Amino acid sequence: MTLLSTRGLTKRFDGLHAVEDVDFDLPEGQVRALIGPNGAGKTTFVGMLCGRITPSAGTVAFAGRDISHLPAHRRIGLGMAYTFQITSVFARLSVAENVALAARRKVRGALGVRRMVARSLARVGLEGQSGQIAGTLSYGHQRLLEIAMGLAQRPRLLILDEPTQGLSEAEITGFKALLRDLSASATILLIEHNMSVVMETADRVTVLDFGRILAEGSPAEIHADRAVQAAYLGTA
Amino acid sequence: MSGGGARSLALHGGVLALLLALHFVLPAYHHGNLARIMVLASYAIGYNILFGYTGLLSLGHALFFAAGMYGMGLAMRHAGLGPGPALAAGLAAGLAVSAAMGLLALRTAGVAFMIVTLMFAQAGYLALLYFGAWTRGDEGFVIQQAERILWGIDLSDPGNRYLAALALFALCLLATLWLVERPFGKVLVAIRENEERARMLGYNVFAYKLGAVILSGTVSAAAGAAYGLLFGYVGATFASVQYSIFPLLWVLLGGAGTVLGPLIGTLFMFYLIDLSSGVTSAYMLVAGVVLVLVTLFAPQGLAGLLRARLWRWLP
Repeated sequence: MTLLSTRGLTKRFDGLHAVEDVDFDLPEGQVRALIGPNGAGKTTFVGMLCGRITPSAGTVAFAGRDISHLPAHRRIGLGMAYTFQITSVFARLSVAENVALAARRKVRGALGVRRMVARSLARVGLEGQSGQIAGTLSYGHQRLLEIAMGLAQRPRLLILDEPTQGLSEAEITGFKALLRDLSASATILLIEHNMSVVMETADRVTVLDFGRILAEGSPAEIHADRAVQAAYLGTA
Repeated sequence: MSGGGARSLALHGGVLALLLALHFVLPAYHHGNLARIMVLASYAIGYNILFGYTGLLSLGHALFFAAGMYGMGLAMRHAGLGPGPALAAGLAAGLAVSAAMGLLALRTAGVAFMIVTLMFAQAGYLALLYFGAWTRGDEGFVIQQAERILWGIDLSDPGNRYLAALALFALCLLATLWLVERPFGKVLVAIRENEERARMLGYNVFAYKLGAVILSGTVSAAAGAAYGLLFGYVGATFASVQYSIFPLLWVLLGGAGTVLGPLIGTLFMFYLIDLSSGVTSAYMLVAGVVLVLVTLFAPQGLAGLLRARLWRWLP
């Protein structure tokens, strides 16, 4: 079943076509990587999916329902979760409160929220830091906290915007394992620059270039695609 | 966080008990001052809900304070209501005015929000002057002693007045304490800390901010209505821009986003002006210098300083 699809999705900023006429389908249960050079329109594209950015044209459907006109918080309420490219936790609140804010949308009652917080933090390995102020965590741990906040929402679709940016090699290895673990319970749309993460975790890959879909296929197919190499991999 | 709940209850309960004890020992002058301070601190508590906890800086809260005061006063003067129903009318006026202003002003953010709230309050102030035939404009009107007897209690009596002010203050204090521990209060803090993140967790940020404006405006109106009833005077000065700036200063001084901050700030500022005006006619200069010093050395306010240095659990 298709969980998310777009038709003719377009965004223009002052004549610049950031995203141009994108038809995109994401089946339920898949891990999809979205790659492309800087400025290819990846963040703009997912911004239109979750309602942060208003499209110039086109439609977005989620779980069989047209959500093009829903505000962001309603889309999130339908089962999307979005983690920010630039770490955007509540820096002055505790780690546990950050996750609790995410969990309270789905779980009722203080006890249920506490359980969900503990479970989400344990899944990303931050259970020891729950009382710490989020802003004092290391950068890598803040990225993990973002993901824990996504998990606590129990989303059907988890959108991760460059989750491994700025992580160390060891942290990236841990993240790959986490991602495989997550894919059992949610559909994942992953914007990612790190090709080893894409190759090892994604079921399929979509390549954006100049706001258009340049190619789509399995990681191996994409790796072998000449046009992709020219546009993207060759420059890496 | 564990244990913070019990400690904070002990601290805030202790402050209320102290205020009650002071009722029996304070000399008349300070006793009268403290009654006034408690009502004004309730106003500051209302302001703090929006500014301290939600992070929205309003420059128009005098509109809400005056809505409560005039809602109460005009209901007495022109509709002949007793003090109980008149107080309710003041609250209803505050609720309606804050809902209307919230719906309009929250379409803006940041500096624009400050300016829009300021303009609404100025419009309210000028309306009070314009409709002088009913409001008696700048001159205001006195609420007679006979009209200030609520449930058989004469609120013009200093002792009763003090206890009534304490009751109002205790109610506002305990309500905020409760609010900030509820999910609603925590979402307000989340909006203050990072509005976009709160939205992307699925919270209807506009609805929460509107709720905060209404709550804040209604508490401010309760303080305004109580002020008019307890001190027997309703006047347009209380709708002027000065009374929009005061709660901001009190909250900044006492500690924005702390439950006790409004009381500390109001008390401090009241006595600062009181004492310095006994020494020099340039007392506002003294107040200004102290404000600059606090902003420089304790930007989180006095209660914020306590929280940062001593009591991490302070709500």
